[in-house]
Amino acid sequence: MSSVTEPTTAVGKTADYLDDRLSLGTVIKQFGRKVFPDHWSFMLGEVALWSFVVVVLSGTFLTFFYEPSMAHTYYDGSYAPLKGAEMTVAYASSLDISFDIRGGLIMRQIHHWGALIFVAASGLHMLRVFFTGAFRKPRELNWVIGFLLFLMGMGAGFTGYSLPDDLLSGNGLRIIDGMIKGIPVIGPAVSSGFFGGEFPGTEVIPRLYSLHIMILPALIIALLAAHLLLLVIHMHTHYPGPGRRDDNVVGYPLMPVYVAKAGGFFFLVFGVIAAISALFTINPIWNYGPYDPSPVSAGTQPDWYIGWLDGALRLAPGGLDVAIFGYVIPMGVMLPIIVSLVFLVLVAVYPFIEAWVTGDKRDHHVLDRPRNAPTRTAIGAAGVTFYAVLWAGASTDLIAIFFQMSLNHVLTAMQVLLVIGPVIAYWVTKRACLALQRKDREIALHGRETGRVVRLPHGEYIEVHEPVDKYELWKLVDFKDYEPIMPRPNKKGKITVGTKLRSAISKIYFEDRIAPVSKAEYELAHADHAPAIEERAKRKPKQLKKKL
Amino acid sequence: MNPQKPMRRRPWALGVVIFLGLILSGGGYAAATQTFEAEFGSPEQVEEGRKLFLANCASCHGTNGEGAIGGPSLIGVGAASVDFQVGTGRMPGQASGPQLYKKPVQFTEEQIAAMAAYVASLAPGPAIPPEEYLRTDGDPTHGGELFRINCAMCHNAVGAGGALTEGKFAPALDGVTEKHIYEAMVTGPQNMPVFNDANLTPEDKKDIITYLKYVEENGSVGGFELGSIGPVAEGLFTWIFGLGFIIAITVWLGAKAN
Amino acid sequence: MSEVQKYDSGSATNIERPISDPGIEPHRVRMTDKSEKHAKTAERQISFMFLVSIVGAIIAVWGFVAFPIVGGDLSATRNNAFWMGIGMALSLLGIGFGAVHWAKTLMPDNEVSESRHPARSSDEARAKAIEIVKLADGESGFTRRKLIRRTLYGALAFFPIPAVVIFGDLGPQVGDTLKHTMWRAGTRLTKDPTGIPIKASEVTIGSVFHVIPEGLKDLEEHKLEEKAKAAVLLVRVNPGELKEDPEKANWSYDGIVAYSKICTHVGCPVALYEQHTHHLLCPCHQSTFDLADHCKVVFGPAARPLPQLPIAVDDEGYLVAQSDFLEPIGPSFWDIRK
Repeated sequence: MSSVTEPTTAVGKTADYLDDRLSLGTVIKQFGRKVFPDHWSFMLGEVALWSFVVVVLSGTFLTFFYEPSMAHTYYDGSYAPLKGAEMTVAYASSLDISFDIRGGLIMRQIHHWGALIFVAASGLHMLRVFFTGAFRKPRELNWVIGFLLFLMGMGAGFTGYSLPDDLLSGNGLRIIDGMIKGIPVIGPAVSSGFFGGEFPGTEVIPRLYSLHIMILPALIIALLAAHLLLLVIHMHTHYPGPGRRDDNVVGYPLMPVYVAKAGGFFFLVFGVIAAISALFTINPIWNYGPYDPSPVSAGTQPDWYIGWLDGALRLAPGGLDVAIFGYVIPMGVMLPIIVSLVFLVLVAVYPFIEAWVTGDKRDHHVLDRPRNAPTRTAIGAAGVTFYAVLWAGASTDLIAIFFQMSLNHVLTAMQVLLVIGPVIAYWVTKRACLALQRKDREIALHGRETGRVVRLPHGEYIEVHEPVDKYELWKLVDFKDYEPIMPRPNKKGKITVGTKLRSAISKIYFEDRIAPVSKAEYELAHADHAPAIEERAKRKPKQLKKKL
Repeated sequence: MNPQKPMRRRPWALGVVIFLGLILSGGGYAAATQTFEAEFGSPEQVEEGRKLFLANCASCHGTNGEGAIGGPSLIGVGAASVDFQVGTGRMPGQASGPQLYKKPVQFTEEQIAAMAAYVASLAPGPAIPPEEYLRTDGDPTHGGELFRINCAMCHNAVGAGGALTEGKFAPALDGVTEKHIYEAMVTGPQNMPVFNDANLTPEDKKDIITYLKYVEENGSVGGFELGSIGPVAEGLFTWIFGLGFIIAITVWLGAKAN
Repeated sequence: MSEVQKYDSGSATNIERPISDPGIEPHRVRMTDKSEKHAKTAERQISFMFLVSIVGAIIAVWGFVAFPIVGGDLSATRNNAFWMGIGMALSLLGIGFGAVHWAKTLMPDNEVSESRHPARSSDEARAKAIEIVKLADGESGFTRRKLIRRTLYGALAFFPIPAVVIFGDLGPQVGDTLKHTMWRAGTRLTKDPTGIPIKASEVTIGSVFHVIPEGLKDLEEHKLEEKAKAAVLLVRVNPGELKEDPEKANWSYDGIVAYSKICTHVGCPVALYEQHTHHLLCPCHQSTFDLADHCKVVFGPAARPLPQLPIAVDDEGYLVAQSDFLEPIGPSFWDIRK
């Protein structure tokens, strides 16, 4: 006795069947026209997401052919310079994928290039989120989830490139073993646990495989789901501009525009990775040979995202073993570990530090243009410089031969740069941001310089400025502005250390600031201009008469 | 007596005289300075080498190769050293610095052979390798294994080169002839260690040469190699071209259509 | 919305801006909106891209089928990878460019605004939630029944412990494995990888031999593990240039010295030997050791000199070890001096 009309078309019948079981109608009603803002910098997270999908798909193919075993075998495949060589089954199967299985090499290359792009895009996405302040309330937790995703990505990459058990990645494992052994008290035991005995052992490759195809992907997928769920709940942030406020989101609806753009973008990311993989060699394991503790290649570096850690090992000062009651702590290893951990923790907790400093508990959905948060941007620049110097530190030997310099000079220069680089970067960036803010202010108050010079009736020459329209003006003045916090006594009348510290940091953040143009200032600036100038500014410039 | 008829000059006589003169002087010169392919180390070749040595090398290496301020003693370095150093253009050395660079070769094959013969005559040392060890029909698997253990740490796993301390370096090996590779191993130029025939037998050296030439001749199956220097090049490529291209696409994607 | 303004704005200033929000900018009409001809052109472009994609997929399949890999032919491998890759790239890029171009040119590009809901639940929802939680607490007696709650915490704290302990057999006890290698008194020094023993007379000045102990080559098990500790560098230096501690003077033989090849920083092989400077350089992190002065560290992050292997010559002239290393090789660890 239902009054619902029965569907007649094939599409209708399918939709009806599914909706009866899956509440599809409700889902499409809820999400179908959800609005997403459109800016290219918002797509970096998508690049990471789609490249992760590429990596999972290509990786699945590889799992059908790769064998994670450290049993010994003799190579009998197509690559002549390794024929008859003794190696592990893991390495032999990786060679077979590369040389003797059709589609094997292209999928291996797609997998590795895809992984490099995945971590790079994640990093760039994190930088975009940082520099635009997208980590502020309510997204602090999403920042932490994203940070964990970046770490998991590094882990997945490291475990992955160690799987072929070639000389290059094997030496990387050797270095990890050396670092683990150096951990106080538990080091040698953890090393034995990780490798199943003495290095290299026969257990580490299968264990890395389990981490690489099961544990880390599961964690990444779970964290990704949480990350995207929070994105849907909070909705995406948007840049300041006309019509964009903290209580709305301006953009395009999910269906059809975003389905087409984001869906199309998946194919584009995949396609670019495939094109690169068709043309450029990545990780030529056949050149390195099987892992053996005796040989080593010049130019032994890890994949780029582990580079900063290798650089930390190279840049650490030498001779730093510390002895306590006859027990040794190798600071040459522990110092890089401690420094990297401190750096990572600072990155993870930054949103909470900034929230504490500003005291701002409101929701923030309108982003900051980086120039409008000079101290945050400067801190970010300092952090990036620190990371970049450590990263460059991993290639000291290549820099030395490429630029024909002494290896020792390059290293010493980088040690110095590691300390002074971030300081200089902070100072330069902060001053640049403040200068840009001043420029914005100038434009908001007085408009843009047109280069046209006008002579006023009383003889004065002025340059005509074209006032910005209301949309542009709004974009220039709509940003959050903070003052330093004064230390206030608490209920007991005491000014605590915490309050003093907060006040001091707040001063560093906001003491040098360019306030947004106020209504009073704006009206004053415009009152200055005689109507004659504004009239003349509107007129077309006179055509020069040709003298013939 | 009959008065002699004046000699009638034939027009072509001058041509014949000049031609004969050229043949005689040219032939005479060639005969006087003939090359010594027939026998390496013959007294004529050694003497030729000594003259070249005095003109080009003695100022640094001493008039009898005993060494001087600019250069070490060459006594006992053997013909192979000279053939390598001069044959790759490293010698005559130019500016002082941590290491010699390859430069355009300044002498002909015969001149290099002569100087090599002269230096070889000073004292026994490594000889120019025989042809049989310079062919590339050795065992590339064994060669690769030996290369990785003995050479890759300085020259990189496929011979792309590497850094040493204080501005020194191990050069890239592509384009180096089989003979020069052998000679470098056996003489240990500059800071390169010496790999005598007890350490790496001539067969071993041939296998290494076979391996290097195999790698040089067969490009990578994966495509362009980005210099074969490993993850650093790959990382730079990812950030500059991989992300660069993808970001260009995102900018296009987000821009409004015309 | 007042819900948003409920929160403390902290140290934010409250400067009145010159204008208020002017609203979304007016829509700029595209050529494809104005002109049917342009729209049709866009349609053709999009369809063309989808067709290119189809061709790409066919090329990829052809690439797979056309280049069977017959043992040893590297060009077949290259062609297979190249054509499949290019085919896949075209197939994917075609769909991608087509879809995005479609969205940009033909789908509406009017910006719209949607209200946000604060993440904070409404006051009624919160009140209801608190009510539910209190009810559940009351019905279960969780807060009221202290004994149950406390013993529950105890049980939850203890139950994961077996899950950690069960991993105890991941690896064997370390014991003193880190402090001993395969070298013994009388073990011959042999070439890596062939295992051929080395005579002292073969080690000329400027030579470097990569050494493994005799017997390592033929080990059935633990070959790489032993090699990772026993790898040695053998070098002859002019005896006049060799600085020697009187206690270790008989560890060398006529200028021939043997040192562990495993870097004391984090374990890479320290293999670069500079003949004239007699420095050993590790390629991983550039620790540099002076071979003529007990391999002490002269540059880089290492903290301990490379351990020296005492060597002698047996009656046939072959180099042999006098004993194992007298200190642990490789990276420093907690109880290395014990």
